[in-house]
Amino acid sequence: MNEFLDPLVLARWQFGLTTLYHFIFVPLTIGLSLLVAILQTVWVRTGKVKYLKLTRLFGKIFLINFAMGIVTGIVQEFQFGMNWSNYSRFVGDIFGAPLAMEGLIAFFFEATFIGLWIFGWDKLPKKIHLMTIWFTWLGTTISAYFILAANAFMQNPQGFEINAEKGRAELVDIGAVLTNPIALGQFPHTIFAAVMFGGTVIVAVAAWHLKRNQYVDEMRTALRFGAWANILAFVGVGLTGHTLGMTMTQAQPMKMAAAEALYNNASGADASFSLFSLGTPDGAHEIFSVRIPYLLSFLSNGTFDGSVEGIRDLQSTYEQMYCSGADTLLTCPSDGQFAPVIWITYWSFRWMIGLGFLAALVSAVGLWITRKNTELPNWVWKVAIWTAPIPMLGSLIGWIFTEMGRQPWIVFGVMTTEQGVSPGVPGWAVLVSLVVFTLVYGALAVVEFKLIFKAAKEGLPEIEHLPGEGGEGTGEPDQQQLATVY
Amino acid sequence: MELTTVWFLIVGVLLIGYFVLDGFDFGVGISLPFLGKDDTDRRVLINTIGPVWDLNETWLIVAGASLFAAFPEWYATMFSGFYLALLLILVALILRGVSFEYRHQGKGQKWTRWFDQFIFWGSVLPPVLWGVAFANLVQGVPIRTVETGGWIYEGTLLTLLNPYGLLGGICMLLLVFNHGLVFVSLKTVGEIRDRARALAKKVGIATIVVGAAFLVWTIIMHMGSDTILLIVVCAAIAAVALIAAWVANAAGREGWAFAGNAVAIAFALLAIFMALFPNLMHSSLGAAESMSIEGAASSQKTLELMTWVAAICLPLVLAYQAWTYWIFRKRLSREMIPAAAH
Repeated sequence: MNEFLDPLVLARWQFGLTTLYHFIFVPLTIGLSLLVAILQTVWVRTGKVKYLKLTRLFGKIFLINFAMGIVTGIVQEFQFGMNWSNYSRFVGDIFGAPLAMEGLIAFFFEATFIGLWIFGWDKLPKKIHLMTIWFTWLGTTISAYFILAANAFMQNPQGFEINAEKGRAELVDIGAVLTNPIALGQFPHTIFAAVMFGGTVIVAVAAWHLKRNQYVDEMRTALRFGAWANILAFVGVGLTGHTLGMTMTQAQPMKMAAAEALYNNASGADASFSLFSLGTPDGAHEIFSVRIPYLLSFLSNGTFDGSVEGIRDLQSTYEQMYCSGADTLLTCPSDGQFAPVIWITYWSFRWMIGLGFLAALVSAVGLWITRKNTELPNWVWKVAIWTAPIPMLGSLIGWIFTEMGRQPWIVFGVMTTEQGVSPGVPGWAVLVSLVVFTLVYGALAVVEFKLIFKAAKEGLPEIEHLPGEGGEGTGEPDQQQLATVY
Repeated sequence: MELTTVWFLIVGVLLIGYFVLDGFDFGVGISLPFLGKDDTDRRVLINTIGPVWDLNETWLIVAGASLFAAFPEWYATMFSGFYLALLLILVALILRGVSFEYRHQGKGQKWTRWFDQFIFWGSVLPPVLWGVAFANLVQGVPIRTVETGGWIYEGTLLTLLNPYGLLGGICMLLLVFNHGLVFVSLKTVGEIRDRARALAKKVGIATIVVGAAFLVWTIIMHMGSDTILLIVVCAAIAAVALIAAWVANAAGREGWAFAGNAVAIAFALLAIFMALFPNLMHSSLGAAESMSIEGAASSQKTLELMTWVAAICLPLVLAYQAWTYWIFRKRLSREMIPAAAH
């Protein structure tokens, strides 16, 4: 077959592209909804207009994102059926359940209350209106949980059995699906990372105005609020990341070995974490590296003298397990390789951690140097502005690591990725949709970022009348202007 | 009742929710060039659905996920089979969705014009394509069973573009357009309300004619099937509701007209589901190749779990969404749109 039109390759590119793009907006939605809810709560509690203005400004940025999150989310759901129909019919019984629960429990909830929040400023009493943003946040968070539980099933399948007669995986224990240790680790890790992302966006916007000496009082508050959010969330990211790393080593030892490009079993001081290493592209031969002894053992086991399995040993174990039985169609990759692409896992693992550290470090320094109300040089603000994309990149790279590290499996130990692709969908059709999504998403990215920059630069809104006080009429059409309209 | 049948009905309810609710906001989008004489008009139109369009669209997402959970075979076969049609729907929904949020944020007429176009075409394409897709499910598409289990679609996009399928598409387009026009007249005051009502009278006639043709064709096609009585009853209710809605609109009773249209859409879809029953997809390659509800369904365990979730959640969803419509029940006018755009 023409390699360029291989539906498997194209479908994988499309999944990667659409998922990563979706994942720019989702974390910002999760993180900003919480931070905006906190700002609005402070306004309701203290009555200080400053916080209302900040709520409105960051609320607007949050909304620009939210629209993108919804529309790109529909693509996520549809492409399982369009590009991965074999996967869908094989695991739909168990993978579909958390998706449907997400929709019925969380997504309806979130979409309803965000509408009430945007358009309800003048229609709802203050406290009820405040409740709507908290409900929105709650909806996004529960939604994230179900989606991560579904993803965790792919990483570490639990609570199912194979029905040979029907040729599919079937649900046995929904409790096990929803309390999958990977989901329990991934969820707080992802949420904290999202709060970091929201925090740095607030920091960047505030710094942009402070650099120009605009809204100094409000923006100082915003800057320090964002920086605190960032640092506190980073602590959470680090702790949960460590737990997740250990869980991952248990569930997917190959992923951890690939993250470290560790070819042979190692233990104790030999189980070192390389901060940097140069070698052949497949990582098989190392030329130069900077290593911290014991650290890999600690990351994987929580102890300094544990052992970590290497790629070569795992490869032969997996060949035995998955390629030598009678029914190996779904479990034995056609090239017999069980290791993911090493250079991707190796570098993505490092960049994910490094970017997280960097963002928190900038925030910590920022908090220190802004602790007093003194004039600061321009470069301080420039650095703060450029921090904005760092947690976003960290999150995206984290997902690249998670999903690439899962290869060659679509469901670990149960089904390989190449078996999951849609039969009967021609390569050119997948290519058309890949090109269309790339173009549409690319164009929207330009528009989206333009709008966010514009909203950020416009600064704080004028508050003409305080919401929630007056405005609720008698039910007859009144001629009062609406606070928020399209 | 079998759980599989229960889920056939739940998916039906979710899809009806989607077409009744997103239906009127598609209609509002389609009406943009017809009713919006200037930018303020168009902003009034968009704001009639501003607080609710995204929660209406949520019904599609939940229906899709429920399909995945309850009938994975259906989800897998239909979504991979109708690949290009779904791609078009997705692109239309993406561009339409972001346009509501973005059209007012830029500067200049050109910017706004672009997004108005996206809203219009993004509102026209999905109902047409959904109509084509559903009509084809009822008429039968070339699917066959495969040895490894499951079904596979053997047609192309062109297979779907047959007379009955296209009639289904036009029928759905007119239904939602009419529904949207009545919604605009229900939600606005002044000149725009009059214009919407006048246009709804014309579009309503076309909808009644095309809708009747489609339903009669459907009935003829299913003469002798077990569910023919139910199909006829549902089709009759849909027809009566559509005509009653037209009369109510002509008499200036917009609330009743809107309710009538909602009932018409619901029962037209129910007629389609009855025509499908006991299959999810009829095969044009012979009855033995058709995808039955039983054959496509998830395990008993999953269906039981999902029934509990749906039984608890759906009433709650209906309650808080109804509350939203209540909060935003007031009519809009040109004067309520702030002069200076954001």
